[in-house]
Amino acid sequence: MSTLSEAESKRRLARVGVPVVADAVCATPADTVEAARSLGFPVAIKLTGDAVTHKTERGLVRLAVADGDAVLAAAVELLDAARPEDGDVALLVAPMVRGTRELIAGLHTDPQFGRCVMVGIGGVLAEAIADVSFRLAPISAIDAADMIDDLRAQRLLGALRGEPPVDRDALAGVLLGLSALAEAEPEVVSVDVNPLIVVDGRPVAVDALVELE
Amino acid sequence: MKDLSPLFEPRGVIVAGASTHPGKFGFVALHNILRSGYAGEVFAVNRDGGEILGRDALTSIDDVPAGTADLLFACTPASANADLLRACAAKGVRAAFITSGGYAESGETGRAAERALVELADGLDMVLAGPNGQGVVSTPASLCAQIVAPYPPPGRIAIASQSGNFVSSFQNYAVQTGVGVSRAVSAGNAAALTVPDLLDWYARDPATDVALAYVEGLTDGRAFFERIRRSTPEQPLVLLKGGATSGGQRAAASHTGALASDDLVFDGMCRQAGITRAGSVEEAFEAAATFATQPLPRGPGVAVVTTAGGWGVVTADAVVRTGLELVELPADLLAAIDDKLPPRWSRNNPIDLAGGETRDTIPEVLQLVAGHPAVDAVVYLGLGIQSNQARLMRTGRFYPDHGLERIVAYHERQDARFALAAAEASAATGKPVLSATELAVADPENPGPRTVRETGRLCYASANRAVVALAHLWRYARWRAAR
Repeated sequence: MSTLSEAESKRRLARVGVPVVADAVCATPADTVEAARSLGFPVAIKLTGDAVTHKTERGLVRLAVADGDAVLAAAVELLDAARPEDGDVALLVAPMVRGTRELIAGLHTDPQFGRCVMVGIGGVLAEAIADVSFRLAPISAIDAADMIDDLRAQRLLGALRGEPPVDRDALAGVLLGLSALAEAEPEVVSVDVNPLIVVDGRPVAVDALVELE
Repeated sequence: MKDLSPLFEPRGVIVAGASTHPGKFGFVALHNILRSGYAGEVFAVNRDGGEILGRDALTSIDDVPAGTADLLFACTPASANADLLRACAAKGVRAAFITSGGYAESGETGRAAERALVELADGLDMVLAGPNGQGVVSTPASLCAQIVAPYPPPGRIAIASQSGNFVSSFQNYAVQTGVGVSRAVSAGNAAALTVPDLLDWYARDPATDVALAYVEGLTDGRAFFERIRRSTPEQPLVLLKGGATSGGQRAAASHTGALASDDLVFDGMCRQAGITRAGSVEEAFEAAATFATQPLPRGPGVAVVTTAGGWGVVTADAVVRTGLELVELPADLLAAIDDKLPPRWSRNNPIDLAGGETRDTIPEVLQLVAGHPAVDAVVYLGLGIQSNQARLMRTGRFYPDHGLERIVAYHERQDARFALAAAEASAATGKPVLSATELAVADPENPGPRTVRETGRLCYASANRAVVALAHLWRYARWRAAR
């Protein structure tokens, strides 16, 4: 099994209609500064590569980097943190996406039922909360709506802290996109869209990891 | 789809391994078949012959006239079964239920024997149920070919189970509640005939309205899903799964994988396929019994009719908790009930009659409420109270004097009327009307719950259990309507 880089993972998702945050992949700290300037501050910077996983756990993500000097410093540090087993690496820079609510969505290959689509409440406590719902791919629009209805934390999906309610059709669209990805690409064994941040009510994939057979 | 009519509607039955000893399975099976009124011919066969239950046992399958039996019920040692199957096939037998152990459950030798048995039955074009199963029940044929009790009353629930004991459990609930069974099979090792095979057949069985199944592992979950989702639009399936919490979380590169415990995926599969998944044996039976005896609700709006306040409050909580809705009483319904009751009634849902009812109030209110277009379902509480007092009077030393005889008869007549009124309101409106009282178990002979049973419906042991069952029906109805 192999994984795709964050940038490539997001490209695959964008192809099936999942909204993803814009990004740029840069080879050098100088390029990263330039990309950050054109995307607009503050930015997130991450070390990226096909073999790089568990970025947060390894400290390979810098958030809310505010200006060019800070971008330069962060870029140098992240490249230094690369290990030989990471293979080819680069720096991924993306504008910071702000939203109170984080969701998670994905594809999972179950040994009994094959590939299934998932949606859930995201964030650092996602696994402890385990408020998630699954359906077997492919799913219908009704299935996608039912999955969202299944979540226990329905109040989290309503209007919250001055933000509008989560656009359920847009969220269902993400799930249908994942289902379409499963149908179109049989070699995809799992997809992790995490976090899927809700911005002005609409979900945007901020990080993604596609795993291939 | 396999033709299972020789299993469920056999022309005649051969009990092989029939025993003269009343403690042996080979005796019990024969006893249960003969006792339950099966109308076809029954042949008892064993090596030594002898008289069993008043009939002479045959010493060989050769003595069975060809074309007289469709079903072999085998209580023989595993080693005898291959020859038995061949001999039966030669006599025109088309199905075999094998109770014998010593197959896949017992190790590698048994697994090989089981594979050989399946191949043999395939070659003989014979339906093979078991091995290591407890039996088959088919009430339309008055057939109780089981090595265990009970024989359930006839009804519209068809049972398929990987565990024989759950077949007994479900059938015991059928005996207790009076909500009966059409077919039941304990699949045992399910070497050839599987739970999904049974469910396929049940879905097209005119004697069956709802399937009730117990499964543990599935050999091919995706195939199960694809088959079941074809039948659920036609016939509801209530499923109880063992091992719901055993699925540990697997190490995975993704969070999605880590969150995908077996049970969550299974649960999603059930919702997608329109399967009614129950969390316990009684919940499973009661959901099935409700599908079998109540119309599907057309919406989530519940009206609670109660003779006492506290019950209504707790029931209202249950309604909201299960995703159903308490109907807000429309003005015309309020006015209509006002005409029937003194002003202290709740004037709200739950409709608490607050002791203001007279002789005809409960039947009239049930009819009004069920008949109103804003109401999708009714839960009726308070049945049997009068008869409970009547019982205390009837069994005491003052009875029948002091006017007790007359009031006892009145109370008992009233509760019977109320139970009938609930069934009639449901039949007249095509809406579910569920009666709930703990007297259903505390005093099943109370004329309230007894009359509910006589109407063929389930008297729920608590309002909460009624609401849980109703919520299962609504979820299924909504699923079906959306597709």
